[in-house]
Amino acid sequence: MTMHLAQLNVAHMRVPKDSPELADFVAALDPVNQLSDAAPGFVWRLKGGDGPQDTVEHDYGDHMLINFSVWESRDTLWDFVYRSAHLGVLQRRREWFLRMAEPYTVMWWIPEGHTPTLGEGMDRLELLKAHGPTPRAFTFKDFYDSSEAAWRPAAAEVRK
Amino acid sequence: MSGDDLGAVASLQDPVRRVVYDYVASRGREVGRNEAAEAVGVQRTLAAFHLDKLVEAGLLESGFKRLTDRSGPGSGRPAKVYRRAPGEWQVSVPARDYRTPARVLAEVVELLGADEQAEHAARRAGTRLAAPGEDLGEVLRRRGYEPYEEDGRLRLRNCPFRLLAEEHPLMVCSMNLALCQGLLAGLGDGVTTARLDPRPGECCVSFSAENP
Repeated sequence: MTMHLAQLNVAHMRVPKDSPELADFVAALDPVNQLSDAAPGFVWRLKGGDGPQDTVEHDYGDHMLINFSVWESRDTLWDFVYRSAHLGVLQRRREWFLRMAEPYTVMWWIPEGHTPTLGEGMDRLELLKAHGPTPRAFTFKDFYDSSEAAWRPAAAEVRK
Repeated sequence: MSGDDLGAVASLQDPVRRVVYDYVASRGREVGRNEAAEAVGVQRTLAAFHLDKLVEAGLLESGFKRLTDRSGPGSGRPAKVYRRAPGEWQVSVPARDYRTPARVLAEVVELLGADEQAEHAARRAGTRLAAPGEDLGEVLRRRGYEPYEEDGRLRLRNCPFRLLAEEHPLMVCSMNLALCQGLLAGLGDGVTTARLDPRPGECCVSFSAENP
């Protein structure tokens, strides 16, 4: 079975989204989203609405911004995140977001065709916080390849 | 330093092989045997011999690809093509290991959130890497960036900090940009600007004489 890579990323905005301090970030939302949707290997992205500057709505706290997407491979996600115009936006993150002491980004493998839910993604982030990188919740730095063992629940249990 | 690294680098000692390697590396894409032979001015069989030796040493990768647009019966079998292998080889005699402390220090900078200081230090380091009046392309070549021109910009085919950039991309790319800006200052070049211009498989910086 072909596996795809899901990635969830959370960030805490320094101020509410409509504040002038965040204007540059909000202005970058639409171009960066268009860049991701057209990027090689892009599969899916959780959209906040039909507006170009809509962000994902959730119940995980005020000022929290969520990015959630699915990609064909590690390399296609990597190239979008760090080898496209997205890098310039990332470099300004400190202007807009608070520094995070705990993990704020997580990835995991899903079977092709599966559309993950936000709850599923937040659970993976919790897994990463609780156990560190594992085949069920990992990061670019501690990456796990997609093997059946990495996503089959039964096999994952055995690994614990 | 592993024995393999020394072997891989030593395989470049042959002057013809070195020219063949440099040619493939400079293309940034797959190169066929005929093309390599013509470009470096040797017989096809000799080029093929060196290309295959370079694959053996791990410096190049090979594959098969149709070099014409034709396909189907009668279009011939795919040609053997070569491109640079993604790994890196480092030789130091006697053995020295600067990667491990670099990784450790990068992690510390990240933990401290000291990216800005790292950028300042990189800018200062950059100014010391070039003397006033030197040629920018030559300085970059010497530093391993493998510059090439495209649409009036000087782009960099190689990331000299790749291993570290894979682990700490944001920090290392910011440091690299600062280093390149420092380098321009060291050259006394007030016209050219360095900016973040990332592309898959290449360095994150490009240079141009226009305003950014």
